[in-house]
Amino acid sequence: MSDVESTGSAAPDSTTASGPLSASRRNLLKGVAGAAGLAAAGGLLTACGGGGSSDKKGGGSSGKSVAGSTVTFGSNYSDPSAKAAFAALTSGATTSTKVKVKINTVDHNTFQDNITSYLQGTPDDLFTWFAGYRMQYFAAQGLAQQIDDVWDKIGANFSPAAKKLSTGLDGHQYLVPIYNYPWVVFYNKSEFAKRNYSVPTTWDEYIALAKKMKSDGLIPFAFADKDGWPALGTFDILNMRINGYDYHIKLMKHEVPWTDQGVHTVFQHWAELMPYLQTGANGRVWQDAAKALEQKQAGMMFQGTNQVAAQYVTDKADLDDLDFFTFPAINPQWGQDYMDAPTDGFMLSKKAKNTDAAKAILEYIGTGPAESAYLKTDQWDVGLVKGLQVPTYNAIQKKSVTEIGKCKAVAQFMDRDSDPAMADAMIKICQSFIEDPSTSNIAKLQQSAEKQAKAIYS
Amino acid sequence: MSTEALARPAAPSAARSGGPGSKPKAWGQVASQAFLIIASVLWVLPILFALYVAVRPYSDTRKYGYVSMPHHITFDNFRDAWTQSDMLHFFWNSVLITVPAVVIVLVLASGVAFVLTRVNVRVNVALLIVFTAGNLLPQQVIITPLYRIYLKIHLPGFLSHSGLMYNSIFGLVVINVAFQMGFCVFVLSNYMRSIPGEMYEAALVDGASLWTRFWRLTVPLCRPALAALATLLTTWIYNDFFWAITLMSSGDKRPVTSALANLQGQFVSNQNMIAAAAMIAAIPTLVVYLCLQRQFIAGLSLGSSKG
Amino acid sequence: MSAPSEERTTAAAPDTSAGPRAPVRRRRRRLRTMTTRDRIVVALLLGIPLLLDLAFVWFPAIGTVLLSFTKWNGVGSLHSKTCVPNMPSILNNGCWFGVQNYHQAATLDPSFWPAVRHNVIWLAVFVVIATPLGMLFAVLLDRGLRGTRIYQSLLFLPVMLSLALIGIIWEFVYSQNYGLINTVIGRNGNSNAIDWLGDPHLNLWAVLVEATWRQAGYVMVLYLAGLKAVDPTLREAALMDGANPWQTFWRVVFPVMRPINIVIMVVTVIESLRAFDLVYITNKGINGLELLSVLVTSNIVGETQRVGFGSALGVVLLVISLVPISIFLYQTFRREEAP
Repeated sequence: MSDVESTGSAAPDSTTASGPLSASRRNLLKGVAGAAGLAAAGGLLTACGGGGSSDKKGGGSSGKSVAGSTVTFGSNYSDPSAKAAFAALTSGATTSTKVKVKINTVDHNTFQDNITSYLQGTPDDLFTWFAGYRMQYFAAQGLAQQIDDVWDKIGANFSPAAKKLSTGLDGHQYLVPIYNYPWVVFYNKSEFAKRNYSVPTTWDEYIALAKKMKSDGLIPFAFADKDGWPALGTFDILNMRINGYDYHIKLMKHEVPWTDQGVHTVFQHWAELMPYLQTGANGRVWQDAAKALEQKQAGMMFQGTNQVAAQYVTDKADLDDLDFFTFPAINPQWGQDYMDAPTDGFMLSKKAKNTDAAKAILEYIGTGPAESAYLKTDQWDVGLVKGLQVPTYNAIQKKSVTEIGKCKAVAQFMDRDSDPAMADAMIKICQSFIEDPSTSNIAKLQQSAEKQAKAIYS
Repeated sequence: MSTEALARPAAPSAARSGGPGSKPKAWGQVASQAFLIIASVLWVLPILFALYVAVRPYSDTRKYGYVSMPHHITFDNFRDAWTQSDMLHFFWNSVLITVPAVVIVLVLASGVAFVLTRVNVRVNVALLIVFTAGNLLPQQVIITPLYRIYLKIHLPGFLSHSGLMYNSIFGLVVINVAFQMGFCVFVLSNYMRSIPGEMYEAALVDGASLWTRFWRLTVPLCRPALAALATLLTTWIYNDFFWAITLMSSGDKRPVTSALANLQGQFVSNQNMIAAAAMIAAIPTLVVYLCLQRQFIAGLSLGSSKG
Repeated sequence: MSAPSEERTTAAAPDTSAGPRAPVRRRRRRLRTMTTRDRIVVALLLGIPLLLDLAFVWFPAIGTVLLSFTKWNGVGSLHSKTCVPNMPSILNNGCWFGVQNYHQAATLDPSFWPAVRHNVIWLAVFVVIATPLGMLFAVLLDRGLRGTRIYQSLLFLPVMLSLALIGIIWEFVYSQNYGLINTVIGRNGNSNAIDWLGDPHLNLWAVLVEATWRQAGYVMVLYLAGLKAVDPTLREAALMDGANPWQTFWRVVFPVMRPINIVIMVVTVIESLRAFDLVYITNKGINGLELLSVLVTSNIVGETQRVGFGSALGVVLLVISLVPISIFLYQTFRREEAP
């Protein structure tokens, strides 16, 4: 379907994946243990230590030798709807591979918070995770197993961009994707029709529309940032619109300083938007902001389909009335070429007990029928398999496929593209910005971001 | 003395005097009464409000807000919270953690207290300080290495599903025991000091061994203190939040109090269910409170009286 | 969560057996004269708990200090090489970092000084408002007015609840658009809502109200126990001298309760340094609710762990805590040496 030319976090650079880190994690305070092996030289590093010996259990296996065994699957799909879709996926996997799947669901945020100790402790064979640097970071620590052999089988189903998303810093694949979803601006069709609004395609039209909404008594943009991460989406899209995709990715990897003028421009545009964003954002969860949109108190909301559309379903609001448009262009050089479309997928943990069966499951997941099984009950995400047409796609999903397909490149969202500690720092900075979007504060925040980035990235 | 604190009835204290000057006294009394009434009402208001939210359906509060006359009163939220969030399971986890922890702490602490008060080990005071200070540290001071230690210690399967001390009920029991030990040692050693020496001499004359003197003589005498401490510890360990969220990653192994944090995320769309879940989670402590308030307060007083 | 406090050592159990020596000494058996079996019992009774305490409390405490000088993200092993400057953090892992963590905390991390400030504010509110309020309740209850049992029960109720529960309950009171406060004062619209928990200027105070709500009851009970133990004859003597209740309290009772007052103050300080649950359940301790305890936790419970940095913050917390702990220990055990 979509030729999603997504570049996750680009080519391996000078940060090499270090095999020795995957060596035994015993010897807490014992000596060097391979620290000498930390080659500082750049370039690809074929796995040393644990990585290369993937032939321990004889490579990719066919289903016959693993039938009847059980694979444990750690999942953070804790929302009822995601949980149901995931169950549909795993039962389809069981039917196809004859491998039983035992799902261990953990609350969404808790799973992410505990991922490091989880993977070092006694993880499940397979686990849910995200593409992007967030995946590469953990793969580089030696906490996940390569699945090149799985990709040998499923590679044809995906575009090169999707494969790139699933590739670690060392050039090997670590992830099988399942779905992605775009970050777009939502609105209610009936409201727009009633009030004769038209969809904006440029920044000026965007601001003008917001102004008109405000005078009509609506909140122009429903906005919430209590959890910290929603606001990062706004930063991302503004950055990609103003400075382009390459600049954005470079910024995420701290190859461009946060004190750069480009970043300043982004914040300035955001400040221009602030009067039209819902007040009190730092105390509001995004679910409540979505409710404001549902109840037509707000006119628009910029968030992922995965969230807003899901909320409409949970609250039994009028999903048919919901529509979206891509964020308007700001810099004509870039137009509307890019967007955030984070991809979720599954990985194989290093300490998996039943590797063969787990790989069989992964081989199943990387196919059209598997994605269809998942997406049957999922009304907002879209699959990544080439040419996938899921009959149960609703209007939102069909439009998502088209819009993502139109993009020249797709980013994964700041907290998946940058070092997690940096994302944390940016969460706090964005919240400070929302409190005080004045120019002097912007300069201060940029300084703080740069200082922290230096500490985090070196 | 400490036993007096337990046995003291709720009689009017000697502060109420029948002295002269009734007018200023009456003023003072009226003012005090008024203040206490207002304070009590204010104090209980948030809990009542949460209860009120819990008994109203989501559709009601969504339309009219929390502060509105009720159009329907329902216990559906309680039923839904109970079934959808598997609260029985979490309660069971709490029981599995709290009960063994309380029993073990009391047994171990009484042993230590006995030795430190009745046996002349040269470093008695130093050890008492070690124990007491251990309990006074904020939990966050020790969490970082503790977390690493827990990841390293392997346990046999029957003790821990995960094979490690991390993410196991056993692990939570151990840390609660270690952490609460100091307070119990402190309180029990104070209490044991008050046991008259003749009893021990009589026992010695009868040829009782140290163990007998401890188990048959001292422990039964400490029953009031042990009961009070048991009440306190049950409440504290049940209410513990920090150890559970840092040392337990599996959602379904968590005890009730920390599971509530997960429920906040799960029911974020339906605050009424969260209110109901919170009320359900509060029930055990309220039961302890209603039935054993005296013991609880006595336990706190024990910690506060030395003699 | 200990609440040890202290009262003056009243006479121990009456020692009717004759003997000028202090009763305590007579009861101690010297180790030398015990049987072997007894000695084993002592070793076990004392040894096992001691081992537990040392292994799971003191050893980690020392470990925190040591780890604070390293830079480690929790994966892989620690080694004793020094961290190479200006290298990506994936490579620079598990190495010796010197005092850089402290330096970074003090100069780089934007949450550190706000956290320290908030801890100080928390402490100040406890010392100036919560504890005196609790003492006031205790004094009033001690007067034996009608309905004392009810007042005591109601005021004490929050102490029984878990702090996490308290945070959840109060979110209904503070909710922006639906909560009790905003609705009652009419500020719950979309444009004029007061964001009690989201506004960094307000939310610390909002949470402190919750903390005071609980702490006052706690102090009340401790103080009440102490008040009840005051010798009634003192009060009667004061009343006979014509003192009113106010003077009786301040001139007679309060000075006599000095040991308890000290201990209650120490307990207050320790409780304020332990503040964690409320803040964490409200918003995970960001945006105006930073506290040192939460900073420590967020550096180890989180996707990326900064073990060294978190430990450094833990050491800061430890050093601050040692002050009231030492005062308490000194206060309590000074009497040990002077039986």
